[in-house]
Amino acid sequence: MFFLLSFVVGGLFAAGLYLMLRRSIVKLIFGLVLLSHAANLLIFTAGGLVRARPPLIPPGKLLPGTEIADPVPQALILTAIVISFAVIAFAAVLVQRVYRSVGSGDVDELKATDI
Amino acid sequence: MKNLLILPIVIPLLSAGLSLIAWKSLRLQRILALLGAGALMVAATCLFISVYTDGIQVIQVGNWPPPFGITLIADLLSSIMVVLTALVGLAVAVYSLADIDEQKISFGYFPLFQVLLTGVCGAFLTGDLFNLYVWFEVMLMASFVLLVLGGEPTQLEGGIKYVTLNLLSSVSFLTAVGILYAVAHTLNMADLSLKLTNIAQTHPTLILCVSSFFIIGFGIKAGIFPLYFWLPASYHTPPAATSALFAGLLTKVGVYALIRIFTLVFPRMTYTYTLLLALAGLTMLIGVLGAFAQVEIRRILSFHIISQIGYMIMGLGLLASNNPAARLLAIAAAVFYISHHIIVKTNLFLISGTVKALRGTYQLRRLGGLAVSSPWLAILFLIPALSLAGMPPLSGFWAKLAMIKAGLQAEQYLVVAAALAAGLLTLMSMIKIWVEAFWKPAPEGNPREGSRSNQTLTPRRLLLLLGPSIVFAGLTVAIGLQPQLLFNLAERAAAQLLDSSAYTQAVLAMGQAPLQPINISLGAMP
Repeated sequence: MFFLLSFVVGGLFAAGLYLMLRRSIVKLIFGLVLLSHAANLLIFTAGGLVRARPPLIPPGKLLPGTEIADPVPQALILTAIVISFAVIAFAAVLVQRVYRSVGSGDVDELKATDI
Repeated sequence: MKNLLILPIVIPLLSAGLSLIAWKSLRLQRILALLGAGALMVAATCLFISVYTDGIQVIQVGNWPPPFGITLIADLLSSIMVVLTALVGLAVAVYSLADIDEQKISFGYFPLFQVLLTGVCGAFLTGDLFNLYVWFEVMLMASFVLLVLGGEPTQLEGGIKYVTLNLLSSVSFLTAVGILYAVAHTLNMADLSLKLTNIAQTHPTLILCVSSFFIIGFGIKAGIFPLYFWLPASYHTPPAATSALFAGLLTKVGVYALIRIFTLVFPRMTYTYTLLLALAGLTMLIGVLGAFAQVEIRRILSFHIISQIGYMIMGLGLLASNNPAARLLAIAAAVFYISHHIIVKTNLFLISGTVKALRGTYQLRRLGGLAVSSPWLAILFLIPALSLAGMPPLSGFWAKLAMIKAGLQAEQYLVVAAALAAGLLTLMSMIKIWVEAFWKPAPEGNPREGSRSNQTLTPRRLLLLLGPSIVFAGLTVAIGLQPQLLFNLAERAAAQLLDSSAYTQAVLAMGQAPLQPINISLGAMP
């Protein structure tokens, strides 16, 4: 499972970067989405994969008995997902506004700032 | 008072919230912005004084024992940065009263401005790596909206470039955080500092890989050499007050993070320091050469931000040296340079905004004759401009002198040569602005743009525009005349940075209650 997810993470990074290098601003957004998924999945995978052992303490005890899944990476990812959701939503609106003002979805047309 | 530490984060957040409640009343929002920025200044100064007299201040948020909760910590560098943030915030708040039009205020300029300050202060005060990421995002999100507020086509296009590359940097930072957690099982910077020393012995390549992710992530934010392209594409598009705020603070948060990570968290790695040194030299030269091709004041100034970032990174790169005195001087020079640069750069952007308010354009071709029509502005521009280039006796001279001395002590002659050349080229570039905008006679033609007479500004508006510049110019001269005061401070901050034991003890010695280690699985980590 670890190796499978590692390859998925690598694939997501590659696909995200590839999409960002394309000229369409819509693909740029998809690239950003894939990249943030890649980073989240990487934290999850690298933080250790444990099946079906939630980090819960049984009633009447002070410590969990057996090995448990580390809750910290999950908390980190949850935070990162919320942040990337907000940022991507903003970027999507921005792209739409740029498309209206430039009249084209081609990144190469965005030259107004270079003058 | 321990809770002082949390005030620089709470005050701007609170005034942002209050400004949102006062959404309909622009007048109230303006007053709140001034009050918030003033209160932040007071809190930051108190924090600085208490750190200066009593040493490092620490709070464990929610009283979780370290390293499990989030730590807020202020050492000298953090508290200096918070004071500078408050200073820039106050100046820009005053300047915004005259520069930001009602439409932008009614779309939420002031709440965003306050949230930006919250994010910047949070990034300076946190002692937890993931929390640093969150503060970065708070700061970025506010800056995204501030950048495109108003919706001019150039702003939107600059916004795309800014948003894309900054998100890329966040992903790189987050990836690094994830890998670091996987190897060290902690994100508390003080705890990491202790653990990574051992891990670097057993997994040197992994640590090198993580550190390069940090260099990419923070490097994009700081605007170092191959990663700076978003900066000159976006900083000249928003109103002057916004770009002054960005120019003063945002890249410096990246530089601060680089300094913090590579002095505290990672053990000394000559390889990364040498890499940073090479990048610093290139950043200085490429930035200053980029400025030559430009004919718009704020684009010239944007390229100079990049070039100046090179000097700060040079201080970090000089840690490669084996000479402890050179290392101390290098970091002290970097701290001095950052302080000087924030004041000078914000001021230059504010003055460029005043030029725009007087003449209606930033294009050098259409400007001219300002030295005749407004000689006070011409002098006000010369002070930070010459300081940026490093002319004695202004603050920039001492900053460059200290940095070059550190470079010579560390025997890195190539980068010293680059620094000297970049200084000279900066002077030429500043003189170009001076000659074109102030000295040459005003071009004929367009009656509004570049006409001989200034646009009429009411005395009140002129005072609001010039007041912050006058204060900043005064500070530049004051640092120039009494550099020893700031330099001693920078040296103390550098000593704290280079000997991280005080930092780690301040964080980890609190709440010594030893917890039973919980058996958390390392999973399938190979």
